[in-house]
Amino acid sequence: MSAELTEDTTGDTRVVKSVRRSRAGRRGQGPARIGLWGPPIALLALLVGGVYLLHALLGERAFLLPEPHVVFGKLWDPKTAPDIWEALLHTTTVALVGLVIAIAIGVLWAIAMSQAKWVERTTFPYAVMLQAIPILAITPLIGFWFGYDFPSRVVVCVMIALFPMVSNTLFGLQSVDRGHRELFQLQGASRWTILTKLELPAATPAIFAGMRISAGLSVVGAIVGDFFFQRGTPGIGALIAKYSARLNSAELFASVIVASLLGVVIFLIFGWLGRRAVGQWYDFG
Amino acid sequence: MTLTAPAPTAVDATLLDFHDVAMTFPNGTVALHGVDLTVKRGEFVTVVGPSGCGKSTLLRIASGLEHASHGTAELSTSRIGYVFQDATLLPWRSVRRNVELLAELHGTPRAEREAKAQAAIDLVGLGGFEKSLPRQLSGGMRMRTSLARSLTLDPELFLFDEPFGALDEITRERLNDELLRLFSEQQFAGLFITHSVSEAVYLSTRVIVMSGRPGSIVGQFEVPFDMPRDPDVRYTAEFAELLGEVSHALREGHGA
Repeated sequence: MSAELTEDTTGDTRVVKSVRRSRAGRRGQGPARIGLWGPPIALLALLVGGVYLLHALLGERAFLLPEPHVVFGKLWDPKTAPDIWEALLHTTTVALVGLVIAIAIGVLWAIAMSQAKWVERTTFPYAVMLQAIPILAITPLIGFWFGYDFPSRVVVCVMIALFPMVSNTLFGLQSVDRGHRELFQLQGASRWTILTKLELPAATPAIFAGMRISAGLSVVGAIVGDFFFQRGTPGIGALIAKYSARLNSAELFASVIVASLLGVVIFLIFGWLGRRAVGQWYDFG
Repeated sequence: MTLTAPAPTAVDATLLDFHDVAMTFPNGTVALHGVDLTVKRGEFVTVVGPSGCGKSTLLRIASGLEHASHGTAELSTSRIGYVFQDATLLPWRSVRRNVELLAELHGTPRAEREAKAQAAIDLVGLGGFEKSLPRQLSGGMRMRTSLARSLTLDPELFLFDEPFGALDEITRERLNDELLRLFSEQQFAGLFITHSVSEAVYLSTRVIVMSGRPGSIVGQFEVPFDMPRDPDVRYTAEFAELLGEVSHALREGHGA
């Protein structure tokens, strides 16, 4: 991103530099970064301390709240670690495959709706319904139709991750500035040209924002699928169910933390991708 | 509206001809009524009027963005430039790529449109800023980019919809001078919409005064000052007198 800016030494560098400075400030470098990361880290330290304290106070029932170092030890313990990491890999695969399909369907569906009003009128209510359907209620049905293995897990991810992609992309395509539209109209541009040179580029920030939401939801879908579909390689959800049934609290905590981190990491990756794609001209949160 | 090939031999050829144009919107609002207007080669016509008097609608009809509900609007060239109220630059494109856009939409080969874009960028004094993004530019520079973009079409008729209305007075005056220079050098005709009387008188060869509700023409003034125009003409007694007459016509029209 900064590559193109640094090339611009021929122009008025004052302008370019001031933009770069303001951007650096927003990202939080140097002292600003401490201000950004300091408070949440302090809170984390406080929480970890609180867990140790509660663990000590719980006495006989201390198994309800295992000590953090024991929990993290499970992630390296040769007895449990391979299970957890393998399950994590599997869940990640399911979530990403589901996400890619949701992105493809979502973007194409939104394009179809933006091109033909009747497609929007006919199908958008069902996109909204998709959002309203309790995923837990129809998961058994998905297993019934698609089996209890990988495809069903992916279908759950797609169903849960589709709506944000559809609605965000559609919003992006339709929020094109009227002046820009008329600029293209005056040159007699075709619908295809308007779509590819105006509407899609203008919708990119909204599409990336949708991806970030959908990515998190897709992880949720992969874990929900695990609870219902026991065949095939177990994912992190299956492991959580197993440890929970056996009251292996340290292992349970370890897998819950790993699942949460997966969601966070995917969210961050898509935020980073979004900034890479449009950060130069759009303040992507 | 009819589109015919321009007649290059006729020096005073009419480029735009409105005859008894009226515009009534579907909601019943009458935006224009009985408008007769011509713009000839070599003319720079300014339309001045209060906001909401339908002067923008006039331009939208001229460009073909709207169709008159009554009367005829004849355009005798297909090479028209249109400068919007906002710069309407695509924020993801650099200055160069924005200026190239219109030629790109017309399928001009890459090398040719790059050369055209560079020429237009140099013409508006933006050399060195080719790689900058619109958000890195000031309002005046964005408007220059917008002007450059239209210049790549080699327009015979330039339509301006209050292009400098959002700029500060210093930038506006500078861009007025730039526009006059381009007008003298590039030989296009202009139809310029504004709500500033001094801008109207300074820029044009003819000032048209409009009144609102429904929008109609209430006065026309030939501007006698030579082109290329001396910036100091603004401080002469003749200029002040004409300014007064136009302002008076505006007030009269408003009261009617």
